[in-house]
Amino acid sequence: MKTLEDFIALVAEQFDNAENIEASTEFRNLDEYSSLTALSLIAMIDEEFEVTIKGDDLKKVATVEELYNMVRSRMQ
Amino acid sequence: MAFLSFENIKIRGISAAVPKNIKTTASLPFFAPGEGERVAELTQVKQSRIVSEGVCASDLCQRAAEKLLADLHWDKSEIDALYFVGQARDYIAPQTASLLQSRLGLAEECIVLDLPMACQGYVYGLSVVGSMMSHGTIKKALMLVGETNSTFVSHYDKTAWPLHGDAGTATALEYVEGAAPMQFHFAGDGSTYKYVYIPAGGARMPITPKELEYVEPAPGQKYNMTNCIMEGMNVFSLAISKPPMSVKKLAERYGIEIDKIDYLLLHQANNMIDEKIVKKLKFDPSRVPMSLKRYGNTAACSIPLNIVSEIRAKITGKCVDTIMCAIGSGFAWGSAHIELDHIVCPEVIEY
Repeated sequence: MKTLEDFIALVAEQFDNAENIEASTEFRNLDEYSSLTALSLIAMIDEEFEVTIKGDDLKKVATVEELYNMVRSRMQ
Repeated sequence: MAFLSFENIKIRGISAAVPKNIKTTASLPFFAPGEGERVAELTQVKQSRIVSEGVCASDLCQRAAEKLLADLHWDKSEIDALYFVGQARDYIAPQTASLLQSRLGLAEECIVLDLPMACQGYVYGLSVVGSMMSHGTIKKALMLVGETNSTFVSHYDKTAWPLHGDAGTATALEYVEGAAPMQFHFAGDGSTYKYVYIPAGGARMPITPKELEYVEPAPGQKYNMTNCIMEGMNVFSLAISKPPMSVKKLAERYGIEIDKIDYLLLHQANNMIDEKIVKKLKFDPSRVPMSLKRYGNTAACSIPLNIVSEIRAKITGKCVDTIMCAIGSGFAWGSAHIELDHIVCPEVIEY
């Protein structure tokens, strides 16, 4: 089972400038966040967790931890 | 479970026509410096083709059909059925297949039918045309698949316009006893209809001056209600999950060994999507032809255009086993197990 720390590292991989990504980071407010980063987040979650997250879902969460909890809640 | 299998239908030939005008992704005006190159790299849509004003999908299909009929040495009077697949129809009414019947000089004794499908249109079209023919009375048919995305996609929308291009194709089918079966799987989820959506112009939202006003929900994304509006991220989620599932269901149902398939022919949507599908199916990427770099996403045309542009030389004079898979607006998706046995396949025509 991947932990929150693992998830943070995986999220950070989708950003070029990843030093400041933590559980409480509001990832959509990062300067670097764009529709392309969103696509890579969706792809990463699909690949690593086999969970489908839609664009609409990304808008329902603010922080990295909230996104992690959403993914966890959908795991079989 | 929506599976379908029928026998005795053979694809005899496939041709494609594209416009001469080239649109280069990286140099589109709405991109910030460097952004266009990045989008071109990630999507692998380097270029696409765009019709000149006044040219319709049906015109491209007509050129493709004329070339194919000539190369097949088929007499126009022998064509018993003509189908047009695509959304960029000449008129709302009548259907485009009727116009093409006359423009191609086909006989009066001919079934004519439009199937207004999006990116999934080739797979769905083959199932409709083939199963009608499989009864045995219609011997020869043409399926013309054409799309001009430039008609509907806003040229000021950086989330959609870079990806899309125009094309027209022709596929010739024949009733031949003993031909390998064509096998299909279909599924869909109509609750996602707004993911790729042209709101105005149908009966639900007639076009008035209000529908022509441009809105700009985000910088670089400007469209009106007559445009094709795309929720890219939602589309992406469906497009990486449903197609591989569909191919697996098809393979399981009909006992197909995916590894032994010669070519996996995916709808050319965007390289990020297609790479994910190939990876999930653990398929050899060297047997997944990709024409995105040349023509972008041409909706229902992308599978036949991909065949003509990428593998025509490799399959000429051979029999190859393929799986085709596509997902598109609706959303509706599907996959097909189709043999391409010594098909006639002229080079891509420019018109």
